[in-house]
Amino acid sequence: MAEQYRLSLYAWESEAPSGVLSIRVCGEQFEAHPSGALYHGTERTLIVSDLHLEQGAALAARGHLIPPYDTHSTLDRLARVIAHFDPVRVISLGDSFHDVGVAERLSEEALTAIARLQAGREWYWIAGNHDPDLPASLHGHVVPSLQLGSLRYVHEPVAGPAVQEVAGHLHPAARVSRRGRTVRRKCFITDSRRLVMPAFGAYTGGLNVLDRAFAPLFASSDFTVWVLGRDDVYPVTKRYLQPDR
Amino acid sequence: MLTTAQMALPLEGLPETFAQWFEARGWRPHAHQLALLEAGRQGQDTLLIAPTGGGKTLAGFLPSLADLTQGGDQGERAGGSGGRVRKSIHTLYISPLKALAVDVARNLNDPVAEMALDIALETRTGDTPASRRQRQKLNPPDIMMTTPEQVALMLSHKDAAALFGGLRFVILDELHALTTSKRGDLLALGLARLRSLAPSLTAIGLSATVARPSQLCAYLAAQRSEHRLSELAGLITTSGGAKPNIQILRSGERVPWSGHSSRYALPEIYQAVRDHAMALIFVNTRSQAEMLFHELWHINEDNLPIALHHGSLDVGQRRKVEAAMVAGKLRAVVATSTLDLGIDWGDVDLVINVGAPKGASRIAQRIGRANHRLDEPSKALLIPANRFEVMECQAALEAAAEGAQDTPRLHAGGLDVLAQHVLGTACAQAFDADVLYREVAGAAPYSELSRETFDQVVNFVATGGYALRAYERYARLRRTKEGLWRVAHPRVAQQYRLNVGTIVAAPVIKVRLGRRRASSTRPGKTTLSRGGKVLGEVEEWFIEQLVPGDTFAFAGQVLRFEGLREMEAIVSRAAKADPKIPIFEGGKFPLSTYLAERVRRILGTPKEWKRLPDQVANWLAIQRSKSLIPRVDEMLVETFPRGNKYYLVAYPFEGRMAHQTLGMLLTRRLERAHARPLGFVASEYALAVWGGRDIGQMIAADHLSLSALFDEDMLGDDLDAWLAESNLMKRTFRICATIGGLIERRHPGQEKSGRQMTVSSDLIYDVLREHEPNHVLLQATWADTAQGLLDVARLGGFLKRVSGRIRHSHLERVSPLAVPVMLEIGREPVAGEAQEDVLRETAEQLIEEAMRG
Repeated sequence: MAEQYRLSLYAWESEAPSGVLSIRVCGEQFEAHPSGALYHGTERTLIVSDLHLEQGAALAARGHLIPPYDTHSTLDRLARVIAHFDPVRVISLGDSFHDVGVAERLSEEALTAIARLQAGREWYWIAGNHDPDLPASLHGHVVPSLQLGSLRYVHEPVAGPAVQEVAGHLHPAARVSRRGRTVRRKCFITDSRRLVMPAFGAYTGGLNVLDRAFAPLFASSDFTVWVLGRDDVYPVTKRYLQPDR
Repeated sequence: MLTTAQMALPLEGLPETFAQWFEARGWRPHAHQLALLEAGRQGQDTLLIAPTGGGKTLAGFLPSLADLTQGGDQGERAGGSGGRVRKSIHTLYISPLKALAVDVARNLNDPVAEMALDIALETRTGDTPASRRQRQKLNPPDIMMTTPEQVALMLSHKDAAALFGGLRFVILDELHALTTSKRGDLLALGLARLRSLAPSLTAIGLSATVARPSQLCAYLAAQRSEHRLSELAGLITTSGGAKPNIQILRSGERVPWSGHSSRYALPEIYQAVRDHAMALIFVNTRSQAEMLFHELWHINEDNLPIALHHGSLDVGQRRKVEAAMVAGKLRAVVATSTLDLGIDWGDVDLVINVGAPKGASRIAQRIGRANHRLDEPSKALLIPANRFEVMECQAALEAAAEGAQDTPRLHAGGLDVLAQHVLGTACAQAFDADVLYREVAGAAPYSELSRETFDQVVNFVATGGYALRAYERYARLRRTKEGLWRVAHPRVAQQYRLNVGTIVAAPVIKVRLGRRRASSTRPGKTTLSRGGKVLGEVEEWFIEQLVPGDTFAFAGQVLRFEGLREMEAIVSRAAKADPKIPIFEGGKFPLSTYLAERVRRILGTPKEWKRLPDQVANWLAIQRSKSLIPRVDEMLVETFPRGNKYYLVAYPFEGRMAHQTLGMLLTRRLERAHARPLGFVASEYALAVWGGRDIGQMIAADHLSLSALFDEDMLGDDLDAWLAESNLMKRTFRICATIGGLIERRHPGQEKSGRQMTVSSDLIYDVLREHEPNHVLLQATWADTAQGLLDVARLGGFLKRVSGRIRHSHLERVSPLAVPVMLEIGREPVAGEAQEDVLRETAEQLIEEAMRG
């Protein structure tokens, strides 16, 4: 129907032409992927945030026996994004594990899967608040933050506006309302000087970008969100966004 | 009040005190009351079917009262009349409604006081303060009035065995309203548990007239698992009383083609109210109730006291309306099914049913609300909202004249409810799986449960039941050395008690009137604060679709949505008279299969048309000349072009839910046949699909086969493929996962905290479906979705019925019969990939603006 108007960004796992619309942060250009990953083409760097691996097990330890397949599912999705972009460098932007204590018991299968993804790539684990330390059995560099080009990659956004950074931690989500229908999805949020990544983990939820936690970070309140659709990522300006209850 | 039949009855068996009491009031006990007394004395489980007003409730209590006073129960008492100490409850009365339990307690108190019986009656509901509940455990009353959820809760306590060990009677009121729901499943399991704790208890069921009494009899009795529903409780029925006097409104106005508003009949409804002392006006949805109430007051020249009553209104407001009804201060009440159940609300002399009757039993129960006397006919007026509903009303009227019933069948019990029960049982005491399985299979809804499935449920409760046995260390249930299952930690029991209950209603949000006051930060501006009164509650999804400034009708007024604060929707009174958002609930009850068949019969039998109003008969006559009229056993499919689209309209008469499912599946098939379907809309009676290719031509040229299109195999792969993408399963999963105890019920105040702690059930669903599609919780979800949201069984029956019997009418323009469903287009949201469209369109708008700029 509306096919001719459709924004073809990146159909999931298809060979879509890149760069139709891209996110610019401090002059650097990124592709936003509907899985919630971000790709820096010139640096050939893939960024994912808040994987929260072993979240299921961590919740089970507290009596909520939700399915134990989240780690598998998250790694599987990550494997597909990596296969799609074939990056030379991967940055996991913190909270890669939901709970380090539980993660020490990571299955052989998961360890092997992670090692396979890391093979032939530079791999950075940015430390997060959930995982200040990482399971000893893992490869890759553990760093508090990483500077690449003009941008700093860090888990928790630095307080205050106008910092040149890509961060995670907040799990941004947007509610978009139109003609009586509402959709709530994870999203990227940026004011072109800073970008906050959506959470990648299978069980991770989202915090509405209109929540006050975001206000000090985007003081100009002139931000755009890039909402994760099923096949595409959709840019939406602030005026179409709704708060949660 | 007395009939000759009753005069002749012997009073044998009735205790002296009771006989005197009846006599003092000039009454004689009804035959069914004495019969039930005798059955109770013999310990025979019994179902009593009697219309409202037949002294049914008193009948239910007679065996218990007699047993308590005649001393069959003395062993339970110690210390004589002064210091009674009861260790166990004697009689448990369980009702589907809190209000009904309270009402019955009030009504039973009178005879107990008048007979000076030394009996303690108490209620226990969600509203009962914790201190009193605690006391009820230590010193229980003789008779406790309560709800299924409270029974489950009490059964999960360590002292359940003592509390119920001496239980003699369980009285299940309005049983017909309970058995076909998850609450009915929970109650059946509770009853099985009670029987194990008190093997000599007698179950008494009270019910309105139903289509299959034997199913309720089976529900009351303990089943032996080898033979399905072989054990039946005894049955006592009463003669039906006087035939109701039912009329269909023959309006002088034009009956609309479609829609559900019945606005055309307003003056006639008002006149009927004027002509009667007290009218009950039933509608099918809350939005219809709001609309009708609003419109009636618009034309209420005489300022008649007309009130509104529906389930979303604040409880205080509802109680006020009820009290006014009982006091005879009202002339009419506009109500939804909240008033369907047997509470006695005073002298109603007319029932007006606005809109589709939906089912023969349903309408009979509503009409029964008028005139609470058995020997006087109830009077009812049916108001069809559109032309198809005229036929439906005619069908209902004929069904009522025959006394036909079409209550739903007993269904297989939910596995999520079973999981909740298993955990609750373990909270009370460690259980042996073999013993518990036999007990559970003794409950009628679970009589066909296999041992394998039962074990899956136990494993689910214990460790999540995942094939990947990752959570052994976090188990909620563990096995003792003796092989019994016990809770692993006291915390598990605490968690259970917070979450018990099967009614996971759609999450609701309070609607609160905000108070305007001067803004402290912005001079000259006013802000809206909380602190006004609560008007009631609406479903979360309805509030979610509103944006501040939207207006909607609620609690009899037009409100402006101002915003959400915490868990409340803050509103103000709107200046505008017309609410912008009109609908907030679709019809929940589908047209019953039985009534649908009668409607098809009326449609397919032209000589019956003369009983319909002229304008409807003419409409059908024109249909016959322009297109064709299907025979009773046929289905009509019409195709025609309109605008620049091509339409296919089918008339299955299977209800909106089944039509929605059919529409989803048909469009998938049409897509594959390259007919380029663009959308569809479903009504209770018909389904319209439109597309970019001439579907009629394709059929005529044999490029598309109607019989292949409607082949039964669509319920296989096509259904699976569609469900994989749809949100329906997720919605159901959330409910099943909550009932089954996988995720916690949301408590007010918890909403915002713990963003990373709580996992959305949608995400769990995705992961579970991908990795373990046969998980017991997904089985439960599928069963519920198929039954409650898709009507798969009905659709299957339909496809079988019309196989080889489809009549195609290829037309040049829309037919008279097609007009109603065509008018629904644009009014109903078109089903499809709505979610992605929202995002796509918003993004498109952005680009358009960018291009303009």
